Amino acid sequence: MRLRSLVAAAAVTALGISLAACGGSDSGDSSGDSSGGDQTLTYWASNQGTSLDNDKEVLTPVLNKFTQETGIKVNLEVIGWNDLQTRIQTAITSGQAPDVVNIGNTWAASLQATDAFLPFDNDAMTAIGGKDKFVPTALATGGKEGTDPTSVPLYGLAYGLYYNKAMFAAAGVQPPKTWEEMVAAAQKLTVPAKKQYGMAIAAGSYTENVHFAFINAAQNGADWFDKDGKPTFTGDGNVQGVLRYLDLMQKDKVANPSNAQYDNGTKSVNDFATKKVAMIINQNNADSSIVANGMKSSEYGVVPFPAPQGAANQTASHVAGINLSVFKNTKHKDAALKFVKYMTDEGTQTTLGKPFASLPVLKDAKPVFTDNAEEAATFSDIYNTKSKPLPLVPAEDQFESTVGKAMNAMFAKIATGGTVTADDVKAALKTAEDQVAASS
Amino acid sequence: MRETRGFKIYRAVVLFVLGLFVLIPLYVMATSSLKPLKDVQGAFTWWPSNLTLAPFVDMWKTVPLARYFVNSTIVSVVATVFSVAIAILAAFAVSRFRFRGRTVFTTTVLSTQMFPGVLFLLPLFLIFVNINNSIGVQLVGTRLGLIITYLTFSLPFSIWMLAGYFDSIPRELDEAALVDGCGPMGALGRVVLPAARPGVIAVAIYSFMTAWGEVLFASVMTTEANRTLSVGLRQYSTQTNVYWNQIMAAALVVSIPVVIGFLLAQRHFVAGVTAGAVK
Amino acid sequence: MSVATQDAPAAAEPAKRKRAPEHRPGLSRWLPYLLLAPAVLLELLIHIIPMLVGIWMSFVKLTKFFIANWSAAPWAGLGNYKVAIDFDNAVGEGLLKSFGVTIAFSLITVAASWILGMAAAVALQPTFRGRSIVRTLFLVPYALPAYAGILTWNFMLQRDTGFVNHVLVDNLGLTSNRPFWLIGGNALTSLIVVATWKLWTFAFLTLMAGLQSIPRDLYEAASVDGAGNIRQWRNITLPSLRPVNLVLVLVLFLWTFSDFNTPYVLFGTAQPPAGDLITFHIYNASFLTWNFGTGAAMSVLLLIFLMIVTGIYLFVTGRRSRRA
Repeated sequence: MRLRSLVAAAAVTALGISLAACGGSDSGDSSGDSSGGDQTLTYWASNQGTSLDNDKEVLTPVLNKFTQETGIKVNLEVIGWNDLQTRIQTAITSGQAPDVVNIGNTWAASLQATDAFLPFDNDAMTAIGGKDKFVPTALATGGKEGTDPTSVPLYGLAYGLYYNKAMFAAAGVQPPKTWEEMVAAAQKLTVPAKKQYGMAIAAGSYTENVHFAFINAAQNGADWFDKDGKPTFTGDGNVQGVLRYLDLMQKDKVANPSNAQYDNGTKSVNDFATKKVAMIINQNNADSSIVANGMKSSEYGVVPFPAPQGAANQTASHVAGINLSVFKNTKHKDAALKFVKYMTDEGTQTTLGKPFASLPVLKDAKPVFTDNAEEAATFSDIYNTKSKPLPLVPAEDQFESTVGKAMNAMFAKIATGGTVTADDVKAALKTAEDQVAASS
Repeated sequence: MRETRGFKIYRAVVLFVLGLFVLIPLYVMATSSLKPLKDVQGAFTWWPSNLTLAPFVDMWKTVPLARYFVNSTIVSVVATVFSVAIAILAAFAVSRFRFRGRTVFTTTVLSTQMFPGVLFLLPLFLIFVNINNSIGVQLVGTRLGLIITYLTFSLPFSIWMLAGYFDSIPRELDEAALVDGCGPMGALGRVVLPAARPGVIAVAIYSFMTAWGEVLFASVMTTEANRTLSVGLRQYSTQTNVYWNQIMAAALVVSIPVVIGFLLAQRHFVAGVTAGAVK
Repeated sequence: MSVATQDAPAAAEPAKRKRAPEHRPGLSRWLPYLLLAPAVLLELLIHIIPMLVGIWMSFVKLTKFFIANWSAAPWAGLGNYKVAIDFDNAVGEGLLKSFGVTIAFSLITVAASWILGMAAAVALQPTFRGRSIVRTLFLVPYALPAYAGILTWNFMLQRDTGFVNHVLVDNLGLTSNRPFWLIGGNALTSLIVVATWKLWTFAFLTLMAGLQSIPRDLYEAASVDGAGNIRQWRNITLPSLRPVNLVLVLVLFLWTFSDFNTPYVLFGTAQPPAGDLITFHIYNASFLTWNFGTGAAMSVLLLIFLMIVTGIYLFVTGRRSRRA
């Protein structure tokens, strides 16, 4: 009887010998314990392309070129956004970490607080080509103000208001310059009978929601943290900013209530590309999805996400994008810095700008993510002059999850027929503030 | 139970309702896997208006599904074999011997069933890393680490089920074997195990399903080298798109071997659960 | 199809099990320990030691400032517990709500799974043509990997493109307003349906197996006495299944109460308050806000709760069966 002998054999193994005897496992790609002579860096990249495999295809020739130039090998692993944060956390906890890692730049200050990453002090900064090569606002996302950053910008992203040219022309509206114009245009373009809406918003995604909480509050001149890093979520500007965004679905009714279920940006992009909606507010890497879903780049235009008339501030985006960090405990510090320099030099930026639809993080560099010159100019302008970093405080991650999730819940309430008043927003933000305060 | 008219109606209703409940998701899964991405993203249709087999081709490319499948299979099978073997030994001890610490052992093992996974996820990770640093056995990012973890997950329930099962096998049978000159291990191998085969298979299926479907630990302990399907399937949802049709196709394809294996074993499973659960 | 219960005359002999197990006294004393050794070692490594570390974590201020260097983390005493159970505070309030949701979820799911499992097991009790096919079919949800089944449900529950609304609104016209299933109040319903879909099969299997071992002549005798099917079920089936039910209900409860997969796969990062099950809540409290100390304290509270419930359950049911 085969089963019995198999089990019996296993039992003997288990009993007699140590468990390691079952061996059989491949050795994983272990980090930095290789000997000094043969340098191999472990690099965790985030998912920027259409699939993890696509990322690998794009990055492999770039990394091979680096190996040719320097003799340093790079062991690449592409990690999906679902897993990246947990993987970084466990790496920090255990010290079993890669040498270089991509991070969402909004996490920079929070990750800096763990003290697990290499600060780019003067020497390190010089080694990667000097801080003057970066766009200043992009570099500002690297860590807390007044400290040596623990990350440097790699791919730049910014929000823009995408609009469908044909739909705008048909409705006789112009690209909006103010919030009011945007809402008016969206209302004109909302035809529920045709299942057509003026806008689509990723109202079920807490990360998208929190970005808009931030941008709308910034337009009102409001901040989320004071100078001492204490949360100030319940200020009037914050409450009104959040409510203005919620009202796109609640009062203005220019967004399909179904959007409350859109738990990532891709669903609203799909709606736009398939012409169910006339506008979306998205980061510039939406380009590749829009085109992949069958819309030509000549069919849409982009303007900055507008602020209300007479707004305190014309902020149109946060400084979005991906940063590059080096783990402090790396055994290959010099090699890692060489790698960071290589990834942020002009040639590499140009090579990767197109497939990952990113903006260059270097001063004076030309965006290559689109062949639409007008769009490229608009996004460059937003990124360089109209964007503001998310709060650069250690509690930024908690700000994202608490405020973002509170907004998810408020959108859900609106979508299912409830009403959200300014007082409700204030109460929800108060809860979020308490949560941040309790755990810091 | 008599098959009255009332009973027949009852049976028809129950089978119909539950049949629908079970079948509908399978139907949706199967038909969606045959639709192009555009149709899957649009309104639901009962039948694909544009039939395509493309998702079954593309799914191997979007995500390295074959490798994840191999990883999951190796991890689950090896974890199952060892889990069952270890559970047999422990259950045999609990069922056939009286020794100091027996109650402590059984209660402790059972209470581990209540440990919330989130609580020991991080400590376990840390312990694995320390093992690696001190004795050089790589447990994070390897199949070995997953195997050890998963086999332990199913161990408590397996021991408990098997011990119940062994208890139900008359002791006189082992004694006969002992008289014939076998040691106690001989009695286990020649008498108890053959009699307990259904229970062993039941436990094996349970262990396999525990390892095969685990998500939480896999999301932290796996790297590209040892990633399992449970984490891998999530990668069909990427930065730019959610490939629903490929998810469905992949879920279907990876499930078929398991369902077949499960159904082949179910006759034994039915008998096994009875005996274990009755304790 | 005859099920091979004759191999082991199990259910009928609870009395026999009460007898303390023993072997010949001449056997070496160390053998049982040797047999237990692999299990004990693994349990220590994977469960017990990490658990103790986890309990230690719950007394330490383990935030993002200290996770790179645990030894530097300051002692928090009962601080983490105070935060977790201060129900006037946002964190404690959130935990309490999540606890309430989880209780409702597990009670309903266990009840629904048990009822469906029992209904199907009874329906399949007498042999009929096609019985094995039906049984095979009913087993499929258990055989599907958890995430595959749950993902399919997520797809079916989408508001605009999902199967459920297509049937309810487009085909049957029950309501003109497409309901939401994954956000708002309906999220709990969805969670219960999906969890039941996964779980009822296990209840069905166990109960069906239990039914096989009830001697047929009990039913025949009752029939002669003129008892109808419903009375036979109440007077024979239920009491005979008592030992199976005791264990089944406990196991189902423990599984549903600490269910992580269902909310995690069904809702992803956008979990609604109505579907905020406790293990998922703790996961978010730990990993999303990097506060592993508070997360650990919440886990320990959960563990204590489960142990108390199990203890009471075993005590009460044990006393009743002794009296019976």
